[in-house]
Amino acid sequence: MSLPTTPTDFSLAEARDAVAAKKISSKELTAAFVKAVEGARTLNAFVTETPERALQMAQASDARIAKGEARALEGLPLAIKDLFCTKGVRTTAGSRILSNFVPPYESTVSQNLWNAGAVMLGKTNMDEFAMGSSNETSYFKPVVNPWRAKSSNQSLVPGGSSGGSAAAVSGNLCLAATGTDTGGSIRQPAAVTGTVGIKPTYGRCSRYGIVAFASSLDQAGPMTRTVRDAAILLRQMASVDPNDSTSVDIPVPDYEATLEGGVKGLRVGIPKEYRIDGAPPEIDAIWAKGAEWLKAQGAEIVEVSLPHTKYALPAYYIVAPAEASSNLARYDGVRFGHRAEGVHDITELYEKSRAEGFGPEVRRRILIGTYVLSAGYYDAYYARAQKLRTLIARDFTQAFEKCDVLLTPATPGPAFALGAKSDDPVAMYLNDVFTVTVNLAGLPGLAVPAGLTADGLPLGLQVIGKAFDEATVLRAGRSIEKAADFGAKPTKWWTT
Amino acid sequence: MSVDKDTVRRIARLARIALEEERVEPMVNELNGIFAWVEQLGEVNVEGIEPMTSVVAQKLKMRDDKVTAGGDAAAVTANAPSSEDHFFVVPKVVE
Repeated sequence: MSLPTTPTDFSLAEARDAVAAKKISSKELTAAFVKAVEGARTLNAFVTETPERALQMAQASDARIAKGEARALEGLPLAIKDLFCTKGVRTTAGSRILSNFVPPYESTVSQNLWNAGAVMLGKTNMDEFAMGSSNETSYFKPVVNPWRAKSSNQSLVPGGSSGGSAAAVSGNLCLAATGTDTGGSIRQPAAVTGTVGIKPTYGRCSRYGIVAFASSLDQAGPMTRTVRDAAILLRQMASVDPNDSTSVDIPVPDYEATLEGGVKGLRVGIPKEYRIDGAPPEIDAIWAKGAEWLKAQGAEIVEVSLPHTKYALPAYYIVAPAEASSNLARYDGVRFGHRAEGVHDITELYEKSRAEGFGPEVRRRILIGTYVLSAGYYDAYYARAQKLRTLIARDFTQAFEKCDVLLTPATPGPAFALGAKSDDPVAMYLNDVFTVTVNLAGLPGLAVPAGLTADGLPLGLQVIGKAFDEATVLRAGRSIEKAADFGAKPTKWWTT
Repeated sequence: MSVDKDTVRRIARLARIALEEERVEPMVNELNGIFAWVEQLGEVNVEGIEPMTSVVAQKLKMRDDKVTAGGDAAAVTANAPSSEDHFFVVPKVVE
């Protein structure tokens, strides 16, 4: 296969092979991405750019390559969601309350990437504390989607919460990026930016050093331009970690090695409850096409039922805010983060620091969480939501008796205009209707680009797998990718 | 179930988030919109269903009860808005 002429157009796999074959140095590759990042500030994909560190890391990588000591991701420039603590580099979680926070330690996932030789280009923008589906709740202003509808100059959202990472991957500002997914925050932005994203099984990646949102749902995962790249990056991100007792001690397979295995004989479940009223006909059409593609490659299509699907989002909006209200209690204006001025006592210090430091969506969710956990309401809300979660997980277990993976749409629609859904929290929450079930059940889910709307905007499909069966999910995703032959890229209207 | 202005004031206090009086009413409406939507969970019969406590079946790992990190007060207080001699400084708490 011939390489693209512009290094920023390389896939992660192409760049890896080109660097290993000394067709390009890490320094040249990194310099090209540093320039691309600087030229794309209109997109606001990065909260913090780290060009000097990137070039230093690239130089160190080139020295290792010269000595024949290259590691799995040697010299490959990546972007890191600003939810991962990076030692000595400001980590904001998209919030004013952490706008001056410089972590004294490194997250396990990012450390794993540096240990594999990767290069850091910077920290990507995101919804505040990962609470949002459009990147509009960021204290550092919204990210703009590199994609625009045909013959339109309207700015669109890149999805969220990993919107900066999605835009950076889609706009070729990095080879790949990290994301995190609590209710869809990797898969939904990947789908609306024409990129690939996988939320692995809960416990696959360590959560240590990732700013906590809802601890029983949060998982890190890769955001990439190809399924192969997701396979490569996930293998390096995943690990068992003594610093996260929920990280799981089972071997991480070589996902890339089994990627081209095909879907012959694979049973693909189509959950009928994922057909929702009011979804654009294009969503159903692309879903049907996805099933046809897999069938044509030898998969067996089976209709399955996940009867509690419609309760997943409301259950999520109890569980996630409850956990968030507890996790975000640490922001007190005392030990780190924003502190209000001119206060008279300690209670006022807490109340004003938190009111000033948190944006409207975060405040709203903390209040919901505080309420549903408060005396007299716990059983009616939180305990009931956790029981629903048991039922949702059971639905999946029963479905997986009849199939090996599930195929669903990734989102209920393409990217929407900035501001289009900001006034109605519930309308915004519905963006995660197809993704949130997977978090509640702890399962792996992959978003893969499948086609374009009539307006020329990307749509994605989702493959859901059994716990710790990311290998099969990626293999099915690769089969969809091959059949879809997506290949579309946004026009580079943003370059300066 | 729905919340009123007093409840919103009370939970804001519990959450230690200052809420200006003119923000109370809009917050009541926002929260009630969301609670009305989650109300549908009430349709489901959950009798005899155990609440989920762990999403992936695994035994909680045990480790030796010994200190593995710490002893770096300078790093711990480095991000403090106000600190002195490795202590966090807050407004007077005890009269």
